[in-house]
Amino acid sequence: MIRIEDIKKQFGDQEVLKGISTVFEHGKTNLIIGKSGAGKTVMLKILVGLIQPTTGTVWYGDTNFTALNTKQRKAIRTEMGMLFQGSALFDSMTVEENVRFPLDMFTKLTKKEKQIKVDKTLDRVELTGSNNKYPSEVSGGMQKRVGIARAIILDPKYLFCDEPNSGLDPTTSMKIDELIRNITEENQITTVINTHDMNSVMEIGDNINLLHLGELAWVGNRHDVMTSENELLQDFIFASPFLQRLRDAANLNKNA
Amino acid sequence: MYWKETTRQMIDIGIGSLVIVGLVSVFIGAVTAIQFAYQLGSSSIPKYYIGYIVRDIMIIELAPTFTCLALAGKVGSNIAAELGGMRQKEQIDALEVMGVDTTAYLVLPKIIAALTVIPMLVVLSAFMGMAGGYTACTVGNLVSEAEFMQGLRAFFDPYNIWMMEIKAFVFAFLLTSISCYQGFFVTGGSIELGRASTSAVVISNILILLADYVLALILT
Repeated sequence: MIRIEDIKKQFGDQEVLKGISTVFEHGKTNLIIGKSGAGKTVMLKILVGLIQPTTGTVWYGDTNFTALNTKQRKAIRTEMGMLFQGSALFDSMTVEENVRFPLDMFTKLTKKEKQIKVDKTLDRVELTGSNNKYPSEVSGGMQKRVGIARAIILDPKYLFCDEPNSGLDPTTSMKIDELIRNITEENQITTVINTHDMNSVMEIGDNINLLHLGELAWVGNRHDVMTSENELLQDFIFASPFLQRLRDAANLNKNA
Repeated sequence: MYWKETTRQMIDIGIGSLVIVGLVSVFIGAVTAIQFAYQLGSSSIPKYYIGYIVRDIMIIELAPTFTCLALAGKVGSNIAAELGGMRQKEQIDALEVMGVDTTAYLVLPKIIAALTVIPMLVVLSAFMGMAGGYTACTVGNLVSEAEFMQGLRAFFDPYNIWMMEIKAFVFAFLLTSISCYQGFFVTGGSIELGRASTSAVVISNILILLADYVLALILT
């Protein structure tokens, strides 16, 4: 579990996060949603330690992550995996080398043991046979899956995803969502996803945190989304006329 | 210590720069010989001085300085672009989240590789420069082969080799560290990346020349 207490972040005069406290629950897909500029990416980067909050604390279990120095954070970092928005794959390495990279850096496994683990992980993300391809030779969806494979190769306790569906078609997007959800449930890890994909919200949102202008506007799950009367939530989720019609039709059926 | 990465950098910097260092050195050696022969004219200074001057000017000044100025363009811009590209594609962030010490993994191997390989390239440059001078002199009948070789052997001071290598180390450190800094801290998009790459070269060149002046004062 990850707990954040009164996180504030200021860049110069601009206050991006204005005192956010919430919990990202163990074994669940925790979502951070909100409009562009709401502070989602800053929040995610604070969680993984890429940005230091102006004030506030981030707790990983009983450990105050924000109070640790770079060396001390290393122990927790090896329990983290992160999928970046652009996948952040190393261009000069093959798919296999990318996925094997954390094993090369942090384990003393033999070459054979690493190969077995890499093959198993690539199989898990349905990329068997892509070992020798370079990131530029695979599709966007496949790059995301390589990113996920690299993020989970060390069996992390925490998985972070920054807009995992960005740039993907709806079908591939759903597959990525399903993969993330399955990995979360199978391995009972704490997954935090930064997204503004409505399908992700409705399909895998176990614990949804809505940010609005740097503040936490609503917390709930995907079932609560339909029935909540929070105006900010309704404006955000049902921004498109199509989804508004769906919601109205669902409410009509419910009342009938 | 990331030896594999350091070795890769040594190959990139060393083997990858052989052609440019060789070409630059041959031509500056040749030009130096021709220009000095022209300066000598019909003066009473013995013709073998051409070989002597080519040797010492290559060793003391042209080999370390021109080599590192050329490498600032080739290697420096490459390093800045590589690290800058990694920064923009969040690859450096990915390394940090994994727990990798990015300075130790990305920067230190480049600096160690440069400090190891560039002094070797400078030695090669000195030899290639002398070879260029020899070729220019003999092909252009500026001086006989025997006289040129006499000059190469005349008044040799081993201290000049130390000067050459000290310059090579200092220049190598400057061009690599400046380029790493420019690339590592780049922000923005492709325009900023281009600027970072250019700045790496320009700042490296200026500081190499400044260091050359300071070292000349100190060492001579």
